[in-house]
Amino acid sequence: MAKKQLVRVKVNGRDREVEVEPRLLLIHFIREILQLTGSHIGCDTSHCGACTVLLNGKTVKSCTMFAVQADGGEIMTVEGLMKDGQLHPLQEGFKEEHGLQCGFCTPGMLMSSYALLQHNAKPSEEDVRWGISGNLCRCTGYQNIVRAVRFAANKMATAEKKPEMAEVAK
Amino acid sequence: MIPPPFEYLRPSTIPEAIKLLQQHGDDAKILSGGQSLIPMMKLRIARPAYLVDINRIAGLSYVKEDGGFLKIGGLTREAELEASPLVRSKYLILLDTAHVIADPQVRNLATVAGNLAHGDPANDHPATMLALGAQIVATGARGERVIPIEDFFVTLFTTALQQGEILTEIRIPVPPAHSGGAYFKLERKVGDFATAAVAAQVTLDGSGNVLRAGIGLTNVGPIPIKAKAAEDSLKGKKLETAVIAQAAQLAADASQPSSDLRGPADYKKGLVRELAKRALSRAAERAAK
Repeated sequence: MAKKQLVRVKVNGRDREVEVEPRLLLIHFIREILQLTGSHIGCDTSHCGACTVLLNGKTVKSCTMFAVQADGGEIMTVEGLMKDGQLHPLQEGFKEEHGLQCGFCTPGMLMSSYALLQHNAKPSEEDVRWGISGNLCRCTGYQNIVRAVRFAANKMATAEKKPEMAEVAK
Repeated sequence: MIPPPFEYLRPSTIPEAIKLLQQHGDDAKILSGGQSLIPMMKLRIARPAYLVDINRIAGLSYVKEDGGFLKIGGLTREAELEASPLVRSKYLILLDTAHVIADPQVRNLATVAGNLAHGDPANDHPATMLALGAQIVATGARGERVIPIEDFFVTLFTTALQQGEILTEIRIPVPPAHSGGAYFKLERKVGDFATAAVAAQVTLDGSGNVLRAGIGLTNVGPIPIKAKAAEDSLKGKKLETAVIAQAAQLAADASQPSSDLRGPADYKKGLVRELAKRALSRAAERAAK
């Protein structure tokens, strides 16, 4: 057996330190060792995007990366979206707009959408479709997913505007 | 799918990486973006005993113009190429190409250098680099050597890189005024390899005659193809419909596609002809701007 390697990562804000075999894929590290089973294994061949997580702010397919490569990095999984018992606007959007049916692709869809909204706060329909082009959904036909992401974008924009409006009111 | 076991090595400098590659010879593979290598390891098509992870080597991620070349660092990700203001304003053929490689997640990790060094004729950058007349910088124990892109692709999955060499930079001659290029790819869905694709780059003189033309073809032969006869047919001519049509036919003649799930060989030849027309027309428009 190959020599184990120490992996130090921050996952959803929490420091983790584990010795792993180099061949351990990041998705197995997340699901089986950290017991964060929100990220799914879909195709296991880098096509479907169900395993998408953020590594240092960028989306990656965690089935196509070794855990040792993430050493020293910050990982965000779908479990990191909810804050203080409040759903993230994206989660709320998927709920309100029926952005899922079976839900298997949803964790990956959420993470790709999250990354999209980080650098494009007001995405057009085409921007959303392009942003989630690495994620497959076999139920919804994508229509409601696109609506859900734009719902979240609107909600986040309104939330940001509120303080300014309060100032105007003064 | 679990890949076979391997020893993981993470050098922090190029000399250190080269030393490790020399030490382990054919048992070692370079791990860069890993977006082709890891799937192959999961399928157990590739079984390296040692992985030399070059991702922590500093200073290899850049896109810049310097000394008459556009220089792309050996660790530059596809997503970085796509986001580069220089590429977005001046190298639209590269933007066309990066945009249709795999999907956003894969482009966050996959490197331009890896797309070339993998030696897969289905990859997209080889055709574009052939059209642009790029040079490959390979760094080994004896220093750097420069390989013209025409000499880089040897056979299926084999390039001119030697054991113990790392592709550290790609150099593209800065195109003169009145230059333009484009990449056209037909894929069955986002993330698929090309059924066929064509890259075209042209430079015109002041009166609109072709000074230089470069045409590269994707996934229609055992290696990426430089359509030399098609390129030569354009020299000294204006890019009118009949001239483009003739070059497109010569490009189709240069292709050697095989029939597979993506379509029969005849269909792919026809596709090369049509995509070459579109790529040359777009290149001409961009050169005229």
